[in-house]
Amino acid sequence: MSEAILSIRDLTVEIPTRHGILRPVDGISYDIGRGEVLGIVGESGAGKSMAGNAVIGLLSPPARIAKGEIHVGGTRIDHLKGDAMRRLRGKEIGMVFQDPLTSLNPLLRIGDQLTETILAHLDVSRSEAEKRAVAALDEVGIPGARERINSYPHEFSGGMRQRVVIALALCAEPSLIIADEPTTALDVSVQAQIIALLKSLCRERGTAVMLITHDMGVIAEAADRVAVMYAGKLAELGPVRDVLTTPRHPYTDGLMGSTPLASRGKARLHQIPGAMPRLDALPSGCAFHPRCPYAQDKCSVDPGPDLADGNGAACWFPLPHDAKVA
Amino acid sequence: MALVSVANLTRIFDVSKPWLNRVVERRKKAFLTAVSDVSFDIEERSVYALVGESGSGKSTIGKILVGLLPPTEGSVKIRDVDLARERDAARVDAVRADIQMIFQDPYASLNPRWRVRDIIVEPVAARGGETKGMAEKLLEQVGLSARDAGKFPHEFSGGQRQRICIARALASEPRLIVCDEPTSALDVSVQAQVLNLMSDLKDDLGLTYLFISHDLTVVQHISDKVGVLYLGRLVEEAAPDELFDDPKHPYTQMLLEAAPKLGEFGREVDPPKGEIPDPINPPPGCAYHPRCPLAEDICRKERPEMRALRGARVACHMAE
Repeated sequence: MSEAILSIRDLTVEIPTRHGILRPVDGISYDIGRGEVLGIVGESGAGKSMAGNAVIGLLSPPARIAKGEIHVGGTRIDHLKGDAMRRLRGKEIGMVFQDPLTSLNPLLRIGDQLTETILAHLDVSRSEAEKRAVAALDEVGIPGARERINSYPHEFSGGMRQRVVIALALCAEPSLIIADEPTTALDVSVQAQIIALLKSLCRERGTAVMLITHDMGVIAEAADRVAVMYAGKLAELGPVRDVLTTPRHPYTDGLMGSTPLASRGKARLHQIPGAMPRLDALPSGCAFHPRCPYAQDKCSVDPGPDLADGNGAACWFPLPHDAKVA
Repeated sequence: MALVSVANLTRIFDVSKPWLNRVVERRKKAFLTAVSDVSFDIEERSVYALVGESGSGKSTIGKILVGLLPPTEGSVKIRDVDLARERDAARVDAVRADIQMIFQDPYASLNPRWRVRDIIVEPVAARGGETKGMAEKLLEQVGLSARDAGKFPHEFSGGQRQRICIARALASEPRLIVCDEPTSALDVSVQAQVLNLMSDLKDDLGLTYLFISHDLTVVQHISDKVGVLYLGRLVEEAAPDELFDDPKHPYTQMLLEAAPKLGEFGREVDPPKGEIPDPINPPPGCAYHPRCPLAEDICRKERPEMRALRGARVACHMAE
């Protein structure tokens, strides 16, 4: 991997509540290199979106970064406030959200939204910004960009709207894009279009991408490396092929086993017993131990080991085991 | 005989603006054809899956089946009774008791002010049946605890709520359950739990499911027969193995190709072109022809009929 665009070290997000402090993100560390797609997977409540929001500085109070460092392109950004962060957001970091309708202003023509973003971040004239807006729409594959620039968001279909959002995220030429479930609200055929678009744009520009999703299939096709999150912690991190074909953390293994697969036919799905623990009732030790088929005494006392040099599984007894329990 | 028999089902919605707007803006009435001439049978004790993208009419068919919407044309016969046209109230009632439904969003489909016990026995209580001890028994059957009967829905997670929905659907001892995207709102590990529960219940109780979903892998896992819908039309119907190994309709082929595959790392997909057309002005002839790589003149003019082809039924002029 070449230079790291995004580098997160021991990031911890806390939410103080009346009943104590909750940690939706608890000491995670990873890097994303130039042109690399890092997939973040996990079930609801694992803290994937919270980690993304922490990077782009969109944590809603009382949630706050309690510990750790975030570097983008070599600059530390986790302590930036207000204006400084605003200059960075959009310029250095672009964001694509799940629901394209709520991330566009329904009252503004998309051309105005694009030029506004470009003018805010780049030192160009208005006519140059307008030219760039058309070029950005062209690049994300919106037919008739010159005419469509005067349309309102409601005049676009879901897939086209998501393309506009991607154009918005890309128009100031950021070095990092955070895509939070960018295709979850879309149909499969449109999803394939959007994924292909994201991949090709990143390859051409060398943009780093943090792809947050719960869909293992999307991860397999789009990501270079994958980070599996469970209850705010990284359970496993590694090259996508290794993690998905030979998972080392029992949680990843269970997750893969419970995904219906064409090759498995009608065989019974593997079940992980129980459900993700609530943040205010995290089990002691490794948070996965009450659901883990391999858990031993140590697991209920010691939290999992740190990921060795940012790879591997945070598990005391990583797979494969000699006697595999089905 | 098939438990459910759907024949030439069509449902048209009037989506016109109010008459004053129509007069002032000189607009015509607008009609949206959500379901167009769909026919299929569901065998007793089998799982029939309807797949399609948004706007393909799959939920509308489900709603017509349970009687939440009347068909515009065509008929749905359940145990040979046409619910929309049958005059004999006793026969309608007997059939109605045999149908239940499970919805997509377990947060929206449980009344937050009712206790779980009352929610579950409602299908029986509404008909004046005896409900003592029923909720507790059903809760255990779906993998929850009998003590949960006194709780409220907000005390449960999404997967547990969907189990409550399933328990409610089972209360009246139905033969047919229409499941509208029952696992789409759930995480994969919870989805696996619910899918396993559903197939166990089917085997134990001899249930029949109409399973509506957009997720092809889930459909392949659970169904005995799959119908693929596009713009309100049934384009292909086959057993899942047949459909996934040898898709015959170009739309099915596109759908299977576009679906993300777990085993194929870094796969470069040639993304499908275009989008689903506007159902208010569907294209003439075959609805898929503007996006179809095989389309020829006949596709633009004539709507293809369903025909049998190698163990499947397919509505395409070109498929062979």
